[in-house]
Amino acid sequence: MTGGIRRLGAATLAEIAEIGEVVRFGGRILRATTRPPSRWRFFLAAVYDAGVLSAALIAASAITVGFVLGLQLYNTLSRFGAGDSLGTAVGLSLIRELGPVLTALLVTGRAGSAITAEIGAMRTSQQLDGLRMMAIDPIHFIIMPRATALAFVMPLLSAIFVVLGIFGAYLIGVELLGLDAGSYIAGLETAVEFRSDVLQSLVKSLVFGLLLGLIATWRGYSCEPHSAGVSRATTSTVVTASICILLADYLLTALWSI
Amino acid sequence: MQSTANRDLLVGLFVLMGLGLIGYLSLQVGGLSIRDSGGLILYATFDDIGGLSPRSAVRIGGVRVGRVKAIDLDADLRARVLLDLDRGLELPVDSAAAIRTSGLLGDQFIALEPGAEEELLVSGEEFAFTESAVNLDKLIGSVVHGDGLGGGD
Repeated sequence: MTGGIRRLGAATLAEIAEIGEVVRFGGRILRATTRPPSRWRFFLAAVYDAGVLSAALIAASAITVGFVLGLQLYNTLSRFGAGDSLGTAVGLSLIRELGPVLTALLVTGRAGSAITAEIGAMRTSQQLDGLRMMAIDPIHFIIMPRATALAFVMPLLSAIFVVLGIFGAYLIGVELLGLDAGSYIAGLETAVEFRSDVLQSLVKSLVFGLLLGLIATWRGYSCEPHSAGVSRATTSTVVTASICILLADYLLTALWSI
Repeated sequence: MQSTANRDLLVGLFVLMGLGLIGYLSLQVGGLSIRDSGGLILYATFDDIGGLSPRSAVRIGGVRVGRVKAIDLDADLRARVLLDLDRGLELPVDSAAAIRTSGLLGDQFIALEPGAEEELLVSGEEFAFTESAVNLDKLIGSVVHGDGLGGGD
């Protein structure tokens, strides 16, 4: 009886301790960004890996999501005789919600897991210890460029997602279903506000990028140094980051509508 | 070295494209204006603006010439609408502003009727003639209760 309660207590304490570790880890990354040298080349390489190489995936997903939104929302809206509001519905749902969230989830799977595996493999083969031996801080040399790159590319990828999604729904709505192109664009431009919609979208994707950068690098940095540990850390990055992103999305949406 | 240069080029293109699309979303779709309009700013006061909202269109003969920038109440508790019109638009002082609806249940917009005077409206002035929104509820109500069309207020 008490054994079960004791295990629950131990698990809770371990969880709280890890949250504390992650926050300290985040603080170390933050301090590393202000310390010279800037590790500019590593940052560029990480932007290439996480951003440029994810762009094709993001573009293909966005077009497909746009097609689906066009068909589904038209179906719903036309029941109320409001098929002409397709632009408004597509624009608002993509900009406020689907763009940032789906982009973050896709980047988590595509780039976040890769970064965890890479750092985990470095730790397993003691490359991080090797860096410390040479008096190079691995946080500054390895972690910081990758974490900042994830936070940097997220809003850019999200903007690509949103615009291509709107374009995909335009193709369905205007070219296939025969809606008026003018009312699609006008509905979109009249309904979307900068502060409440576009800014919300940008802030969301930036927060998701920061979260993913922190979680992906932490999971790699703290992984158990063997092959099973790397695989567990990679899985755990995808699970933890996805849940954190969805939770943060809810909190940000709630805060924004106050 | 060649591959690094290629990679940098791709990163640069990617960043430019991302920033460009953020700019497009903010300025075109989101309607954020970086220039503080610089266009013609006019006021119009209405008894009833119906479903008019900020960013609604302002049209002359169906052509979009600006948008509603803000709506508030004036000292007499009438709705005072601030219109942000295109730069270079020349409106005579006896022009009129009316709130119309596109289609039966569509978006509401402000239709401007240019007047005939020589003198032109300048920024900060107010429309002398305005026509409020047609309130569909009132209209239906007046028919149902037999007050007759067009009667009442």
